Amino acid sequence: MREFKLPSLGADMDEGTLLEWRVGPGDVVKRGQVVAVVETTKAAIEVECWDNGTVDRLVVEPGTTIPVGTVIALLREPGETEEQAAHWRSEHPISAPALAPAAPRAPAAVPEPRAEERARRRVSPAARRQAEEKGIDIETVVGTGPHGAVTVEDVERAAAPAARPAAPDRATEMRRTIAAAMARSKREIPHYYLATEIPLAAATRWLATVNEQRPVTERLLMAVLFIKATARALAKFPELNGFYRDGRFEPSPAVHVGVAISLRQGGLIAPALLDVNVKPPDQLMHELADLVKRARALSLKSSEFSLPTVTVTNLGDQGVESVYGVIYPPQVALIGFGKMTERAWVEDGSIQIAPVVTASLSADHRASDGHRGGLFLNELKALLQQPERL
Amino acid sequence: MIASDGDAMDEQAIRDVIFRTLRAIAPEVDPAALVQDQPLRDQVDLDSMDWLNFLVGLHQALKVDIPESDYQKLYTLDHLMAYLRDRLSSRA
Repeated sequence: MREFKLPSLGADMDEGTLLEWRVGPGDVVKRGQVVAVVETTKAAIEVECWDNGTVDRLVVEPGTTIPVGTVIALLREPGETEEQAAHWRSEHPISAPALAPAAPRAPAAVPEPRAEERARRRVSPAARRQAEEKGIDIETVVGTGPHGAVTVEDVERAAAPAARPAAPDRATEMRRTIAAAMARSKREIPHYYLATEIPLAAATRWLATVNEQRPVTERLLMAVLFIKATARALAKFPELNGFYRDGRFEPSPAVHVGVAISLRQGGLIAPALLDVNVKPPDQLMHELADLVKRARALSLKSSEFSLPTVTVTNLGDQGVESVYGVIYPPQVALIGFGKMTERAWVEDGSIQIAPVVTASLSADHRASDGHRGGLFLNELKALLQQPERL
Repeated sequence: MIASDGDAMDEQAIRDVIFRTLRAIAPEVDPAALVQDQPLRDQVDLDSMDWLNFLVGLHQALKVDIPESDYQKLYTLDHLMAYLRDRLSSRA
């Protein structure tokens, strides 16, 4: 038996509200399959399963808010029998508060109001029944009927927030979430900052040639070359890719690039493109377009939040020339690209007009030093001079 | 020259497609607030991914492919209208 826990949803999200289950007891689940949807202050996140198995029990009911790490389901391992499962369950009682059927209901646990108290409150029988069904304490419901009587509508109103708790003001919640993560970053991470100018004549030419032969649905963006080149360079500088946790740095063998995506209604989200260093630009373009679309619709997967090992922010062609980002803990580096502009560029003793971008590195001094950071930016620059090899 | 009634209808239809496509990417946009002869991407804040998606939307709605080398001809709404009208009529 495996305990399936609510996975980490990134440094700034330590709890979520279970919105729905996509599987039920007895269902066979595969690694990577979406099994549940959890609402956080930033997005509705599709939670993926990281094991193969069969759903034995769902432990948490929709509507329940749970911290990261809570057991939300039990999974039988392939081949595990009902007998073995029952034996496991008898040896591993799940703590009562987490047991969903008991938690939201439990009308028996609420002491019956004394007769005179009940007399003072007018509650329609239908409302009382409704409240019991929904597991709501009728004494807490504000009545709006005649003489303050509690009606069915009042009960429904009282029940509504439990069903969609994060809905009321997402912008405020998201601001608070960003504030917490960024304040933690500036409090804990000794940032150092470096920048270099990267000429993009070769990359621009290469993109124009490639895109000329393609329909609009298949074209590549410069952003994809930035992300790919960053991931390739990071593979050579492991001290910039990974997590700083519990007082030490853990490099990551995989390069999962969090892409900062600004949301139209305000706020920012940085979900990951996975294994960027080993994917061709065409595939990354496809995945990036999909990621941006889903981020804007606030529909992302748990792995996209829990896995980024580094973040890239690209201000694009509408912004300013340079950016010095704030590292997203527990990551140790953030690479920023400003707006590509035409500048006077000296090369081989002559002045040319070339498209140039300022690339910056914000890095955690606990994990790396400026010398290596500088070499990393130079590697990034070199990679972008040979776009056809990315 | 064919009757101008048909052309006027087409013009409105193109305009509708442009705004519908734009709203799919930037729901907050109020078409009435957009200035026809000012740079579109400054008014709507479209990044390069938004812009590409906008062109993909136009491509799907109008079956017009817009080469990347023509992007610079699409600076304002006026430019965009003229370009699409041209492409649609040359195809007809």
